[in-house]
Amino acid sequence: MNAPLLEVEGLTKHFGSGPAPVRAVEGVSFAIRPGEVLGLVGESGSGKSTIGRLVLRLLEPTAGAIRFAGEDIARAPERRLKPFRRRAQMVFQDPYASLNPRLRVRDIVGEALDAHSLARGRRRERVGELLELVGLPAAHMTRFPHEFSGGQRQRIGLARALAVEPELIVADEPVSALDVSVQAQALNLMQDLRARLNLAMLFISHDLDVVELMCDRIAVLYLGRVMEIGTAEQVTQRPRHPYTQALLAASPKADPDAPKLTRLLKGDIPSPIAPPSGCVFRTRCPYATPACAEVIPPLRDSGEGGAYACILDSIPERTEAA
Amino acid sequence: MQSPALLFFRRLFRRKLVLLAAVILLALVLAALLAPWVTPFDPGAMKLVRRLKPPSELNWLGTDEYGRDVLSRIIFGARASLGIGAAVVVISMTIGTVVGLFAGFFRRLDAPVMRVVDATMALPDILLAIFLVAVLGASAWNVIFALSIVYTPRVVRVVRASTLVVRELPFVEAARAIGVSTRRILGVHVLLNVASPVLVQATFIFAYAVLAEAGLSFLGAGVPPETPTWGTMIASGQQYADDAFWVVLFPGVAIVLAALSLQILGDGLRDMLDPKLRKAV
Repeated sequence: MNAPLLEVEGLTKHFGSGPAPVRAVEGVSFAIRPGEVLGLVGESGSGKSTIGRLVLRLLEPTAGAIRFAGEDIARAPERRLKPFRRRAQMVFQDPYASLNPRLRVRDIVGEALDAHSLARGRRRERVGELLELVGLPAAHMTRFPHEFSGGQRQRIGLARALAVEPELIVADEPVSALDVSVQAQALNLMQDLRARLNLAMLFISHDLDVVELMCDRIAVLYLGRVMEIGTAEQVTQRPRHPYTQALLAASPKADPDAPKLTRLLKGDIPSPIAPPSGCVFRTRCPYATPACAEVIPPLRDSGEGGAYACILDSIPERTEAA
Repeated sequence: MQSPALLFFRRLFRRKLVLLAAVILLALVLAALLAPWVTPFDPGAMKLVRRLKPPSELNWLGTDEYGRDVLSRIIFGARASLGIGAAVVVISMTIGTVVGLFAGFFRRLDAPVMRVVDATMALPDILLAIFLVAVLGASAWNVIFALSIVYTPRVVRVVRASTLVVRELPFVEAARAIGVSTRRILGVHVLLNVASPVLVQATFIFAYAVLAEAGLSFLGAGVPPETPTWGTMIASGQQYADDAFWVVLFPGVAIVLAALSLQILGDGLRDMLDPKLRKAV
């Protein structure tokens, strides 16, 4: 097995200080090997995007370690992060706001080259190559972002990220702002590029189907904690954690004859300012017992190379709720 | 409810007005630049036999209390009035933009800088300017200096407010993720996106500065009276205004034209500088 490209250990982020900070991320650990795609799924407010930003040091972690290719970047000062910024890049959720409306595409993509003194003297050609790589005509480099559609803008964002030839891309809900018809194209493009460029990815999404399609492994987040992590196949087919099961039950299936699963999740995600004691999911868990309030369940081996954080050995047989 | 036709005519009227404002301003600027060549008379030449003559074929806008040609003095006055206004704009824009960018971008600087700005803005513009000129002495340079101090805080406010918004936009985060230096983020990404409110503000400050200069000179706390500016002309002409309205009316018209044109131009600029509308213009 290859050495991991990215290793995250006990990553914690609290926003605000004082007695009741917002606990956005609590002790999250995972690893991504070169060329591997790890999916981060969870509801809004589960800390997915925060983790993505922490990993790229766009936010300062409160605690925990982030190692990229063996080097600790969690606490490195910004000026020492430059080599890292070349190797890890981000694709943003909002294809409108993530491109400077006053710059031409040439400069949006070229800026990444300039920042790392790449393609000196052949900036134009290189930008053209990058645009063609993401399926845009090189001639479009003289245009402004507002002249493109959402899907095209997302391609520009991708070209910008790829300009520095990164090894890791953090994709923060890269298709959730796009029309469904365009989503598929964008996902295909990302899969294609991933294979061609051997990219590792941290793929953040709230859409389990998209994550299942894109990822080798999946981590399920709830209130800033990892509930379950494992191979895409195991997590989506044989979930070990009640929350994963509930998420799967909630995602619509294309097959109208598929057995309808009972809607398992009720209510909203609790406040990260005052998370429940013990297992953070217990307030919405259909199988919660008094013991769940006692201790925070540690991640335990699921036997398939994954892990889950639940005190139950197995999920009880589903009972049809009223 | 607005009918499309009404909207269309409003736009058309707006654009035409902006065009007219630009033409008037251009004419004033050209007149100021070419003053020695386009004036019919020497603005300082006194002809006491022809004092306070109404507008005529010889003196289009009449003569003042020393028999000097009002038109020639207005044209030379444009030099001083617009020149001072332009200098104030350049100085307050440059300093205000830099300070505003820093105050908006670096949180630590924000509170101290903005308290100073608030304190300055709490003083009435003209009063502060009069005070400064009174301390420094009446000269064109001191008027420029005083008005720059008065108007820089306005620019700081506008730039800081826009910077606060732009700073949080995802493309700034994207630039950081790419490894773009803070200097470039501030100087390119943020500056480009605060430029249009700043430019609009520039035209307004130009207008205010022209008015304030006239006010200061009128009050005797500005440019020395022997230099023709629109303000000094009104100041020295006011006691003859009852018998010879032209000595104060025409410099006043010049002030109004300049200030109004600048304001209209500023409004028009605001509409046109939006890149999303660029094609529609």
